[in-house]
Amino acid sequence: MNSSILSLLIFLPVMGAIGMLIIAFLGKQGLMKTENKDIYKYVALVVTGVQMLLAFFLYANFDPTLPVTQSPFTVQFDWIPSFNIEYYIGVDGLSMPMVILAALLSFLCILISWNVEKHVLGYFSLFLLLDAGMMGVFLSLDFFLFYIFWEVMLLPMYFLIGMWGGPQRHYAAIKFFLYTLFGSVFMLLGMLALYFYAPGGNSFNLIHLITQAPQIDASLWGFDMRFLIWIALFIGFAIKVPVFPFHTWLPLAHVEAPTAISVILAGVLLKMGTYGFLRISYPLLPEEAVNFSFMMALLGVINIIWGALNAIAQIDLKKMIAYSSVSHMGYVLLGMSGIVGTESAGAQAGMNGAVMQMFNHGTITAMLFTLVGVLYDQAHHRWIVYPMDYKDPELAGKLGFGGLASKLPVFNGFIILAFFAGLGLPALSGFISEAMCFIGGFGSFRVLTIIGTLGILLNAIYFLRAYQRIFLGPFNEKYSDLKDMSLRDMAVIIPLAFLTLLFGVYPQPLLEIMRHSMTKLILLVQPFI
Amino acid sequence: MEYLSNINSLTSYLPELMIVVTILAVFIMESISSYRPLTYITTIVGLIFAGLLLMISSSSTNLLFEGMIINDSLAIFFKWLILLSTLSIVLISRDDESVLDEVKGEYYAMLLIITLGMFAMVSAKNLLMIYLAIEMVSIPSYIIAGISKNDRESNEASLKYVIYGSFASGIMLFGLSFLYGIAGSLDINVVASKLASFDSSLTVYMIIIFILVGFGYKISMVPFHYWTPDVYQGAPITVTAFLSVAPKAAGFAILIRFFYTLFIDNIEILQWPQLIAVMAALTMTVGNVLALNQTNIKRLLAYSSISHVGFMLVAFSIVSIDSVVSIMFYMFFYIFMNLSAFYMAIYMSNKYGANEIDQWNGIGLKAPLLSFFMVLSLASLAGLPPTSGFVAKVYVLRNLFAESNFLWLGVVAIINTVISLYYYFKIVRAMYFMKNDELVVQNCNPILFWSIIIFSLQNIIFYFYWPNLIESLNMILINTGIF
Repeated sequence: MNSSILSLLIFLPVMGAIGMLIIAFLGKQGLMKTENKDIYKYVALVVTGVQMLLAFFLYANFDPTLPVTQSPFTVQFDWIPSFNIEYYIGVDGLSMPMVILAALLSFLCILISWNVEKHVLGYFSLFLLLDAGMMGVFLSLDFFLFYIFWEVMLLPMYFLIGMWGGPQRHYAAIKFFLYTLFGSVFMLLGMLALYFYAPGGNSFNLIHLITQAPQIDASLWGFDMRFLIWIALFIGFAIKVPVFPFHTWLPLAHVEAPTAISVILAGVLLKMGTYGFLRISYPLLPEEAVNFSFMMALLGVINIIWGALNAIAQIDLKKMIAYSSVSHMGYVLLGMSGIVGTESAGAQAGMNGAVMQMFNHGTITAMLFTLVGVLYDQAHHRWIVYPMDYKDPELAGKLGFGGLASKLPVFNGFIILAFFAGLGLPALSGFISEAMCFIGGFGSFRVLTIIGTLGILLNAIYFLRAYQRIFLGPFNEKYSDLKDMSLRDMAVIIPLAFLTLLFGVYPQPLLEIMRHSMTKLILLVQPFI
Repeated sequence: MEYLSNINSLTSYLPELMIVVTILAVFIMESISSYRPLTYITTIVGLIFAGLLLMISSSSTNLLFEGMIINDSLAIFFKWLILLSTLSIVLISRDDESVLDEVKGEYYAMLLIITLGMFAMVSAKNLLMIYLAIEMVSIPSYIIAGISKNDRESNEASLKYVIYGSFASGIMLFGLSFLYGIAGSLDINVVASKLASFDSSLTVYMIIIFILVGFGYKISMVPFHYWTPDVYQGAPITVTAFLSVAPKAAGFAILIRFFYTLFIDNIEILQWPQLIAVMAALTMTVGNVLALNQTNIKRLLAYSSISHVGFMLVAFSIVSIDSVVSIMFYMFFYIFMNLSAFYMAIYMSNKYGANEIDQWNGIGLKAPLLSFFMVLSLASLAGLPPTSGFVAKVYVLRNLFAESNFLWLGVVAIINTVISLYYYFKIVRAMYFMKNDELVVQNCNPILFWSIIIFSLQNIIFYFYWPNLIESLNMILINTGIF
């Protein structure tokens, strides 16, 4: 059981997708009733549900103090011997929170997408493939495997955005695809360079490369080879995060994608970028990580401020939340730059804060997108303020909603929670991780961090203003037939809200699983300061 | 290595003889109208028998026909690729509507002659034989490109092909005559030994360029690619599918054999890999950038094949056994992905008259199975993991790193991958995202249907035989004696 659980986490969704195709085939042959498309939804629900239980089981049996090479869950065998590619998967303190996040959000996203009616089979089977890709990325310890899973997600994502998305979906889908592919092909070059230039035999094994990669001694075009590899990997990961100025794909893709896919995009896919930094760039190229930490902090602060300023300017609620993701991912970068802090407490706070922020942003942004989706499904628009050139000149420049708080008390309660978690209110999980990121950044880059704290203020501006415009003020009679949240919506929100509250007051369980891995990572990097 | 006399050589030449017999049989049947329908089955049977004979023919480094031909393992590998492409094209040709039924017999015969020519091309060991083989491939190619007599575009394609082809082979012949002048012999091995001690590198460089004109035209390397889009667009679609794979394989085979025999000893002075690297970068970039705005499927696939040739040239710019392995690996899967994409285009063209991308609108949801495999082929052509196209590209790129040479070419190559994604997914976009409610789905004939599926499936099931394939490619190259 122990040795197959990780493989199951990855391949269960694939089997689910194949199962759906078999059901569809049987249905076509008349051997099975498939007129009711709900069968595919149930298959997806069961598969992701089992996957989530497996992830919880993994968490319950996970010993954070063991190094990944000794963990009972690790699986390693040769896959393509002629190329030294291994099937090497394992879980450690860095990947554990991400696995739980991905499994939880996948399950919830099936619930969110329950009212998908268009091409049900395609939607859910692609979703499961996407799920498999995400799990694979978080569990791979072989770079080649990591890369394959990283890219496997692109194709389902392209279709999910392009077929089930909003009005500009075609453009958003190809833009997302091209941007991420552009990044990942550079990552491919970095990967091959690591494979060939690292001493001690050609290998994609990320654990093996930790000791070998720092010894790379070569130069190209007058640059140090390790610097070039760092840059190549940086482009790949930064586009995914997305780091300013590579962020322009994000608002478009998030806004055009259907609700569940926005949740996955913001909740899981963005984390892959920062996960890549922590899994690959930092341990393999510690010297460059140190040299680059100022850049990291700078870009983090730019992300925080630029994302927040953009969010303030948005009049589309979903777009505002999309930009808030840009801003929130900036905290992660700032926290990561804290690894060069000479005081170990600062480095610890920064790194742990970064990973916690990855997890917490995942849950918070999932809530935000889900709630926007709930509102959009009923109101069929999500303008905070109608644009000046709106097609109905009566409405142009007017408030989109107003006074919904009295009409939708439950919805209002959850949105307050989500908005306040987003702006980093103490006692909610966002606050803890943001504060830790700032502590980490402050130890090394004071001025930048002080500028970065402005982001908290800016975050408060757009969240509070959006809340005020939509939920307070006179009630807009047009929306008198809006219904409050359904049970299904509550089932999605409550687990997320619970985690937000729990980790806001008691972050220990989360901190405990990642702490040891982060300490190891810091010890790897610190000697190069 | 020993020279076999003409009579003794015949036993090692059975597959070719089988093809010759088939050609004659097809020509005779073609002239008798009651036998005409049998040409299809005769061609297939002939090719299958040629395959069986190829299977039992053992590779050797002996030179056949007084040093004209060698039947080594490299030649046999490429013969397999060529036979596979020809057979698969013939199989789907019976129900194809782009070639008129009344000329089908000639068409099969021409395909067989081209196959014979390509067999000679991949095994030629003599300058004269090389020239003859290339002409033997080219002249029937001109004919089948223009086989739709009443179609102006087809005629135009044929004429352009003739003019361009004869010009290119003329220049190549000029280059070959230089070699003869230097060595006083037509045998490549003799030429190679003379060339090793020949000290005018400028002359040799000129020769390389002249010869590259001829070979480059066959594989449509930039800047000798101008015929490709026009011929591919004008020719009947099955012919286009054929031209986009088989001659490319043969062209690369002769390129490998020629360069690795002749210009390897003085590589330090000549530095021809530099030239190839520049050509590779140009070929990829020109192919991809010009493909971006194409709306005609055949033309788009023409530019796409140019860019794939560029990718294989990247591997050719590194001189090592691994890079030849990567060319062969790439070619192997390129045949599968390109043919399956073309099959889908043939289906669309025959059943819906769809030659423009717009006409593919909405097919994705109407014919889900075939469209799914088309997406798989396109993903493979674009080089997305986990398909074979990706692994082939990784193999090519790894040579650059292994030899630590031309790393700039690697950057050019990967940027080209991103560019190519855009136009391949223009097709996907039309298939899935665009709507066409008037589209009435037509049944695909079973041979074509299964061809699409089987060929496309290779892009994903290759994981099962990938290590073995690499292993045997390595063995092939070790056994050839070139290295």
